Amino acid sequence: MDIPYTVEVRRDTGLNNGKIGIWLFLASEVMLFGALFASYILIRTGSPSWPRGSEMLDVPLATFNTIVLISSSVTMVMAWASLMRRQFGKFRLYMGATILFGAVFLVVKYFEYSHHFAIGEGPSHNNFLAIYFTLTGLHMLHVFGGMVVNAYFWGPGAKLYQTNPVWFTNRVEHSGLFWHFVDLVWIFLFPTLYLL
Amino acid sequence: MSDHAADHSADDHAVDIDKHVRVYITVFVALMVLTIITVAISYLHLSVLPAVTIALFVAIVKGSLVAGYFMHLVSEKKLIYAVLALTVAFFVVLLALPVLTHENGFWIPEAAAPAAHTDAEHK
Repeated sequence: MDIPYTVEVRRDTGLNNGKIGIWLFLASEVMLFGALFASYILIRTGSPSWPRGSEMLDVPLATFNTIVLISSSVTMVMAWASLMRRQFGKFRLYMGATILFGAVFLVVKYFEYSHHFAIGEGPSHNNFLAIYFTLTGLHMLHVFGGMVVNAYFWGPGAKLYQTNPVWFTNRVEHSGLFWHFVDLVWIFLFPTLYLL
Repeated sequence: MSDHAADHSADDHAVDIDKHVRVYITVFVALMVLTIITVAISYLHLSVLPAVTIALFVAIVKGSLVAGYFMHLVSEKKLIYAVLALTVAFFVVLLALPVLTHENGFWIPEAAAPAAHTDAEHK
């Protein structure tokens, strides 16, 4: 049986099912990260002293990563725009760039993490690093998850474009919504952890 | 609606895509500039309150640009807005809880610590 309302919109919601599904999922993600941000506030306000992020973390590397992730959001939305223009070649190019930017972000985080572990600054070192590793670790998992989905649409999943380009375009839009959310979370994580 | 009709709708959208792409590039430039501003302000070493206020303000502007234009929230359906309104309400409550449950900016009031210490000594 075909999955209903993948292309056509439902009359009651005015949306296809994938769109409403991804937004409900993102709503749950907001609450997940919200709980951790609330924990951050609780731990920070309850602590007699709190280090400035720049004293513990590498601000230039994180700034570079911010630029990388923002760039990946642009290439992601350009990948979707290319499909709307029915330019599959450009879609592949932009989606490939998005995956590459995601990989660069993770490699930079790997070097940041490695440095901390090398000097004995693990999550148990202090409260600041505990919440830092929790928040950035969860965010990295999201980056990785988004990369896996995007890689699927870049590779084997792209076969759908030949038979149903509108459905494929919708699916890329939905994975893009997740990717932009991941970028959005980083936009708040960056000043919270590194600059304040 | 048939696939053919949906295709036609997608073609109509494609006419507007050029405009959208120009907006995406503008938003990208704005996000880069705001990122530089965020980092530059951090080097001013402001005290905590103005630093948090400015950093959060810039982050909210950046987040709004991403949500509004990259996630197309500027032209989304009412149901999505309803879902997000509910999400934002619960999110605010979640963040407000730790803020509202302590006084004077400190989780444990300074006077409480010696009192607890004295009680322990009596035992």
